[in-house]
Amino acid sequence: MKHYSAFAVAREALRYHMGWERAWASPEPKKKYDVIIVGAGGHGLATAYYLGKNFGVTNVAVLEKGWLGGGNTGRNTTIIRSNYLQDPSAAIYEKSRSLYETLSQDLNYNIMFSPRGVIMLAQTEHEVRGYQRTAHANALQGVRTEFISPARVKEIVPIINLDGPRYPVLGGLWQARGGTARHDAVAWGYARACSAMGMHIIQKCEVTGIRREGGRVTGVTTNRGDIACDKLGLVVAGHSGHLADMAGFRLPIESVALQALVSEPIKPCMDCVVMANTVHGYMSQSDKGEMVIGGGTDGYNNYTQRGSFHHIEETVRALIETFPMVARLKMLRQWGGIVDVTGDRSPILSKAPVDGIFINCGWGTGGFKAIPGSGWGFAELMAKGHSPLCDEFGLDRFYQGRFIDESVAAGVAH
Amino acid sequence: MLILTCPCCGVTGEETEFHQGGEAHLKRFGPGSSDDDFHTYMFAKENPKGAHFERWRHNNGCGKWFIAARDTVTLEVYGTYPAQTHEPPQHIRDAITARRPGWTWREFA
Ligand SMILES: Cc1cc2nc3c(=O)[nH]c(=O)nc-3n(C[C@H](O)[C@H](O)[C@H](O)COP(=O)(O)OP(=O)(O)OC[C@H]3O[C@@H](n4cnc5c(N)ncnc54)[C@H](O)[C@@H]3O)c2cc1C
Ligand SMILES: [Zn+2]
Repeated sequence: MKHYSAFAVAREALRYHMGWERAWASPEPKKKYDVIIVGAGGHGLATAYYLGKNFGVTNVAVLEKGWLGGGNTGRNTTIIRSNYLQDPSAAIYEKSRSLYETLSQDLNYNIMFSPRGVIMLAQTEHEVRGYQRTAHANALQGVRTEFISPARVKEIVPIINLDGPRYPVLGGLWQARGGTARHDAVAWGYARACSAMGMHIIQKCEVTGIRREGGRVTGVTTNRGDIACDKLGLVVAGHSGHLADMAGFRLPIESVALQALVSEPIKPCMDCVVMANTVHGYMSQSDKGEMVIGGGTDGYNNYTQRGSFHHIEETVRALIETFPMVARLKMLRQWGGIVDVTGDRSPILSKAPVDGIFINCGWGTGGFKAIPGSGWGFAELMAKGHSPLCDEFGLDRFYQGRFIDESVAAGVAH
Repeated sequence: MLILTCPCCGVTGEETEFHQGGEAHLKRFGPGSSDDDFHTYMFAKENPKGAHFERWRHNNGCGKWFIAARDTVTLEVYGTYPAQTHEPPQHIRDAITARRPGWTWREFA
C-alpha cells in the first residue's frame, strides 16, 4: 500500500496522476480462513481491521453481497455523538467518538471527521428534564456535554426559530466534540487498511447458508462456493434476522426502513448538527452545501431499502416550524436503508447460540457513530471470547431482563 | 405506500389510516411459564425476509385490530383477516404459495 501524503499528491501531479494504485485488492476467495466476517459495512470492516491491528489475526475474509459500504454505512446522515444515558452505551460510543478524532491519521485516509458540535433540542418540559439528567450522567461518565439555554442555542444556530408556537425551544443538550464524518470514506479507509494487512475483501459474494457440525460453525455457503472458517462474525445490520435464520436461531430484532433526504446546495448557514427529537427531525449541512435531513423510522417491517412518502412529509413539516427557512428549499434526493431495531434501542455484540458464531447488530438508526468503537470491542470479543466494551451488550440481557434502555429520552436515536 | 383493507369495517385505505402492531399469531406465555417460553414469546422475532403476518389497527377508522399477510420484500399485501382468527385462512396461504413456493412462517406453511 502506498502512503497518502501531500508529497504523494505533488509527485502524482507531476506525472499526470498515473501512479495511484487501487485502494484495495479484489482477490478470489480461498477455501478456508481463520475468521470470516459477513457484511462489508463499517462495522464488519472495522472489526476485521482491529482483529489484525490489535490481535494479529489477519487470515480474515470480509464477504459482501453488494459493494462495500453500500448498506447503511453509505446511506446514513453521519451524526457522531456519545451523549447517551446508560453507562455501557456511554463507554462504547465515547470510545468510538474518541477513535474518530484520530482515525484519518490511523488509517492514512481522510475520513473528514468534523467535530462541529451536536445540539439535541429540548422542546418540551419532559425533554428539558431528560436532557438535564443526561448531562449529569455524562458528567459522571467522563463524556463532555452541557445543557444550554435557548439564548445559547440561538447563538450557535442563528437560523433557528425559538418561539414555537407548538414546540418552542426550551434549551438543548450540547456536545461540542460531536459532529459528522464522510461515511464512504470510513468504509473505504478501513477496507484499504484491511487489504494492506493481507485480508480478503470479497464483494458480490452473498452468504446463502451457514454450515454447522455438532453445534459448531464450519463455514458458509455463498454464490461463489463454500468457504470454511473457524470463527464467523455476522455484521449485516438489517439482514441480521435473515442470517440468524440460516444459522437456526432468532433475534430480538425487527428490520424497518429509515429514510433521509438532502436539499439543493445553498450557502453555509448552519455549522453544527441539530436534532429535534420530539418532532422527529434533524439536520446538518454538508460540505457541498446541501441540507442533510433525517427523521424517524417507518412503521413496519421492510427489506426494500425505500420507505413511505408520508414519512418524508412528516419530517419536513416538523422541521419547518423550527427552521422556517427550510420551507423555501427544494429537495434533491431521498433514499432509505434497512435498520435493525432492538426493543431497548441498544446494539447486540454477542456470542451467538451456535459455537464459533458471533453477532454484531441492533445498531438500528444510530450505528455510524459507533463504527470504530464497535469494531474495537467486537474484534476483542471474537479474538478473546469477551470484551469489556461488549460484555453488557450480550444476547443474554434479554433473557435476564437486563436492558440497556436508550429509548426513553429520544424516539429518534441517530 | 401500502393499501390495506380493514376486514372489520370493509374500508380500503392507505397506510396513514392504520398502525402496525407487531407480529401476529403470538402464543402468550405469562406467569408460571418457563423462562425459555417467556423469553421466546417476548423477544424472539420472526422478522422474515418474505411473507409476514402482522397485527394492524385501523386507528384512524373503526379502531379495530386485524391481521395482515404482507411481503416484506415486495410490499405486496396477500390479504387481511379478523384478529380472532387463529391461523391464516387457506386462500391467503395459497396466495403466498403462488409467489413463494415452499414458504414457512413459524408453524405455518
Ligand atoms: C437513513 C439513515 C440515516 C442514519 N443516520 C445515522 C446517523 O446520523 N448517525 C449514526 O450514527 N447512524 C445513522 N444511521 C445508522 C447507521 O447507518 C447504521 O447503524 C450503520 O451504518 C450500520 O453499519 P453496519 O456496518 O452494521 O451495516 P451496513 O453498512 O448495512 O453493512 C451490512 C452489510 O452486510 C451486507 N449483507 C447483508 N446480507 C448479506 C449476505 N447474506 N451476504 C453478504 N453480505 C450481506 C449488506 O450488503 C451490507 O453492505 C442511519 C441509517 C439510515 C438508514
Ligand atoms: Zn376498520
